[in-house]
Amino acid sequence: MTSADLTADATRRPFTGRRLRFGDAVLQVVAGAAALAVTVLVGLIVWKVFEQAWPAIQKYGLAFITRVAWNPVLGRELYGAGSFLFGTVVTSLGALLLAAPLAMGIALFLTELAPKALRGPVTALVETLAAIPSVVLGLWGILVLGPVLRSTVEPWLHSAFGFIPLFGEPSSAGASMFTAIIVLTIMILPIVSSISRELFLGVPHDLKEGALALGTTRWEMVRGVIFPYSSGGIAAALILGLGRALGEAIAVTQVIGGGVSIQWNLFAGGDSLASKIAASYQGATSNLETASLIYLGAILLVFSLIVNVVAQWIVRRSARKHGITRGGHA
Amino acid sequence: MSTTIAPTMRVETRRQPLPPRERLERIFSIEGLDAVYSGKPAVKNVTMEVYKNLVTAIIGPSGCGKSTFIRCLNRMNDLIPGFTQTGTIRYHGQDICASNIDPVAVRRNIGMVFQRPNPFPKSIRDNVAWGMNVLGIKDNQEERIERALTQAALWDEVRDRLKASALSLSGGQQQRLCIARAIAVEPDVVLMDEPASALDPIATQAIEELMHNLKSEYTFVIVTHNMQQAARVADMTAFFSISQGSEGQRFGELIEYDATEKIFTAPSDKKTEDYVTGRFG
Amino acid sequence: MSAQGLTGPNLRHDRLPRRRAVNRLMETLAWIAAAIAVGILGVVIFSVARHALPALNFNLITKDPIQFSLTNAPQGLRNAFVGTIVIVGIATLMALPVGILVAIYLNEFAPASIRNAVTMVLDVLNGVPAIVIGIFVFGLFVVGRGQSGFAGSFALACLMVPLVSRSTMEILALVPNSLREASLGLGVPHWRTTLSIVLPQSVGGILTGTVLAVARVAGETAPLLFTSSLVGTQTSWNPQHALQTIPVAIFELSESPDPADHARAWAAALVLLLFILFTSLGARWLANRNRSKLAAR
Repeated sequence: MTSADLTADATRRPFTGRRLRFGDAVLQVVAGAAALAVTVLVGLIVWKVFEQAWPAIQKYGLAFITRVAWNPVLGRELYGAGSFLFGTVVTSLGALLLAAPLAMGIALFLTELAPKALRGPVTALVETLAAIPSVVLGLWGILVLGPVLRSTVEPWLHSAFGFIPLFGEPSSAGASMFTAIIVLTIMILPIVSSISRELFLGVPHDLKEGALALGTTRWEMVRGVIFPYSSGGIAAALILGLGRALGEAIAVTQVIGGGVSIQWNLFAGGDSLASKIAASYQGATSNLETASLIYLGAILLVFSLIVNVVAQWIVRRSARKHGITRGGHA
Repeated sequence: MSTTIAPTMRVETRRQPLPPRERLERIFSIEGLDAVYSGKPAVKNVTMEVYKNLVTAIIGPSGCGKSTFIRCLNRMNDLIPGFTQTGTIRYHGQDICASNIDPVAVRRNIGMVFQRPNPFPKSIRDNVAWGMNVLGIKDNQEERIERALTQAALWDEVRDRLKASALSLSGGQQQRLCIARAIAVEPDVVLMDEPASALDPIATQAIEELMHNLKSEYTFVIVTHNMQQAARVADMTAFFSISQGSEGQRFGELIEYDATEKIFTAPSDKKTEDYVTGRFG
Repeated sequence: MSAQGLTGPNLRHDRLPRRRAVNRLMETLAWIAAAIAVGILGVVIFSVARHALPALNFNLITKDPIQFSLTNAPQGLRNAFVGTIVIVGIATLMALPVGILVAIYLNEFAPASIRNAVTMVLDVLNGVPAIVIGIFVFGLFVVGRGQSGFAGSFALACLMVPLVSRSTMEILALVPNSLREASLGLGVPHWRTTLSIVLPQSVGGILTGTVLAVARVAGETAPLLFTSSLVGTQTSWNPQHALQTIPVAIFELSESPDPADHARAWAAALVLLLFILFTSLGARWLANRNRSKLAAR
């Protein structure tokens, strides 16, 4: 279709306003259908998960969520999510507590401290950390990290701080909630630090200069200007990291050791919602056990949805706030 | 030189005649200052002195390095990657460019107000208080805040909304807030980089008024592209202009530095005369 | 930038030495944090390489695993390599058109309200844990029918669509409006403009987005546990049956007590890691080049 043809076409059929061409309609319908399909997909996911969990939901109701039990023995079957919910909370929050300061430090390093030549490479390296598949990290966790932690860090922490119930007796295997926390920290570190880095880069230069011109040190400027300015975004970054940690099944199940109880010793084994599903799914014997495992999945799904929506809301709110940045030059 | 300048520039000024040069106390003694951004020279060979409790204006055409020069005085150019400088800047006798001097200490004593108002996204009160808190000025804070805002001619306008966000103020008010913020920590010198260029005439007048009133407590160095402003407020004026090097690079140079009266009525250098009479620049 | 402050009349210091010490402490901590991150990356890669090298040989991709091997007969993970290629390949074929179409709809046609809503849906989809996707596809396709490569591909495709969509939307937005207007101004219909003008400009970006999505799902294990994990040892190219995949193989081998199994797990892990690292870094490098090319126009 040369341009000569186009102009000829235009003279033969004068522009008639908003008549929809067939091609436009087709593309719009097809593309729109794709968008609709994706939306339907999310609804379908929620439905299918709850549908498969239904036998357990029907049998146990909401009490399942807090019950601490997991007994697959036929005739005495009893299931509950309590200990796994606890495991999810402990491992995710633990990872977040460790990852947050590290990620802030990395982001500050990359935006304020690093010599120009280092910035690009180190940024790329930190993002590469995110590319490591969870199964590989889990493999490394079981065979390398776990044993190392078991033989050095855990006994030391136990002897130095054993009066705190968190640092109880290390378990015999290398697997523990502590190892899971370390592995999860490694997994969420890149997300939190790269979002933080972008936030810090977005702090207006003249605000930073304004603070430094008063005679403050760089750290004081960071605390007084950069952190408050980015606070909304940092909250969103932390929540996104939390979401990532919540949903991680494979690496966690490889290193966490398994266990059905609520106890504070990080050096013992345990399970999170996701890791329990991954661990027990293939060996599930009865329909009720399967449905109960999927009930765990449903709880996990609800959790992730809440976390995701909250993160999005925070991002939207802080975007609006910074829309009214520099006030009017009246 | 001709005195045709005086009748064409009628400027209202409350400036007092200067005492003789020997009786003025030197605050800055700058010698052979060269400032270079990533290999490109910005200013070359600046030698001049700045005197205490006076308003010193730096004037000149765009690109003559006025901002670069003033930012050297409080080591703000250190923040620009690729910046280097040679020469000495003696502040009360000490070379502040020496490698063993901490820029943080320099900036503590030599404050700066920027071209565009840059208040922190905090409340009005916290903008003024933040610097004091960090620097450890903890006594009588409320009084100090009021005093700073009064000196910056802003107190009456904000006294009953100190908790409001600083960003809700108008441009002129924000700039005065930035001035209050700078003087709240009681610096020795206040550098102003074209402080009124983004403001309307009324706000500009307020700021000029302020400088005049506060001269007795602080020393001001102000960069301005507005000659009339320099003629109104400054006691001493330094004229920078653009020169061309042997390889064709352009950089700024100090052409003439003298009492304002002299610069505007009987400048010694032809380039100065051309500039202040509007023949170029 | 060390040592003293200024001395002299009228000059205030206000506990500067202490503030300076705090500043230096914080800067040191930041350096340490960066070193830790880079260090961990190095340790993991080095560790995997070190354990993998003894077991790294061509048997890995030329031989199938042997169930309950009591001899030292050579075995490998050929079925897993083949299975991964098939399943990831089909997943890409499923996800790519959907992802691109969604991006086209949102960027070229949709009113702002729909665009915001569907973007939010995409973000929600992106945030669903992989294991929940596995449960979902299990209920959708596996129940009553049995596992299959197709089910596994579908699960991976669910993970890929948000990634492909988002990166395609970014690249579509980079195509200057003036180009669209020039075409529309000539009388070329909207659909033709999009397909013949806008899309070709975006091919580079779409490609890198897809490669990144592939790198991401090539290492996914959880969804495949539910959809394509009950496999034998034979290599198969047929996605109607469950196929072994590298991540699932690594996962199973890692849980085994046999050190020989661990060795093969390390070897497969190294191959997987190298594949993902090279494709991720390569795609990012390409993306940066594309972005600067588009921006320079």
